[in-house]
Amino acid sequence: MADPMRIRAQVAGNNATVRVLMNHEMESGQRKDTAGKLIPAWHITEVMATHNGKSVVTAEWGPAVSKNPFIQFTVKGAKAGDKIGVTWKDNKGDTRTDEAVVS
Amino acid sequence: MKLINLTALALALLAASGSVFAQKSAADSIAEYRAMLQDGNPAELFEAKGEDLWKQKRGSKKESLEKCDLGKGPGVVKGAFVELPRYFADTQRVQDMESRLLTCMETLQGFSALEIAKTPFGKGEQNTVTALAAWISAESKSMKFSLPQSHDKEKAMYEVGKRLFFQRGGTHDFSCASCHGEDNKRIRLQDLPNLTKNPGAGEGFGAWPAYRVSNGQLWGMQQRLNDCYRQQRFPYPGFGSDATIALGVYLGVNGKGGTSIAPALKR
Repeated sequence: MADPMRIRAQVAGNNATVRVLMNHEMESGQRKDTAGKLIPAWHITEVMATHNGKSVVTAEWGPAVSKNPFIQFTVKGAKAGDKIGVTWKDNKGDTRTDEAVVS
Repeated sequence: MKLINLTALALALLAASGSVFAQKSAADSIAEYRAMLQDGNPAELFEAKGEDLWKQKRGSKKESLEKCDLGKGPGVVKGAFVELPRYFADTQRVQDMESRLLTCMETLQGFSALEIAKTPFGKGEQNTVTALAAWISAESKSMKFSLPQSHDKEKAMYEVGKRLFFQRGGTHDFSCASCHGEDNKRIRLQDLPNLTKNPGAGEGFGAWPAYRVSNGQLWGMQQRLNDCYRQQRFPYPGFGSDATIALGVYLGVNGKGGTSIAPALKR
């Protein structure tokens, strides 16, 4: 199973700033290994974020996103104690969901 | 007259373009780039992994590392990093963080230290050591380096480290000091810290383990030194060998009073 994400959600005025670090190889499918063979693509294709269960962000990602990606976004009207959930799915069908509480 | 006017115009243009390019130095831009990435330093992912591995019961003895003595007593992690390498009575050796972790993994958990030392970086249990190093160093973030120099062996290691630092050899007749022995040197756009004194020694030594954005890897001090030797075209030093530890003592003692920012973010 994939390693956990690091999610930090902090109140900033009437909103909350959410910063997420994901653990993923993000192999582009363009690189070759030492034997000269193409390393198959393996990257996140979809990122979804929820605020108290309600979807607030969806993103389609491709092979151009770096290894161990970082994403930051603002959730309008989020207060301390609210729950922020983040889910990613990759092209191998693996998925990971983590949750953080706004502080 | 016309010629003079043209020259004046050319000079004016040159001055204008010059001011555009002289706004920021390369070092400023890199500092800015680091500041932008600091919020999302992926080293944190390794810290989390390391903390988990510290508490996990692993190895043939099914033990955790929570009784590991990093120099401040069994299980004390906070502040240990800024006092390493140091002398350990049980092994009768001066050890750095990574070689000490090997000792703990062997005595507490039943791993073979020799086996791990032989494993290439980034493979198998080497990844465990790196993750542990990331977490342990993070526990001493913002603390000041204060390596002990009271034991004879610690003093001897400093002297050995100093000699290794200035030892020239290899196909390029290089020493560590060739790049890191003077102020205001750089390689391509990277400023090279002067590791013979502060602030360079504290900044240079105090940044590793670090996450390298360019290859997406977390490197410990051992791997960093290994890469220095590679660039000097020296043979690779053994993992956790006395030579690498002596260099660590030399750099760390030179960096006394410097603030630890490890695990840092590197290009």
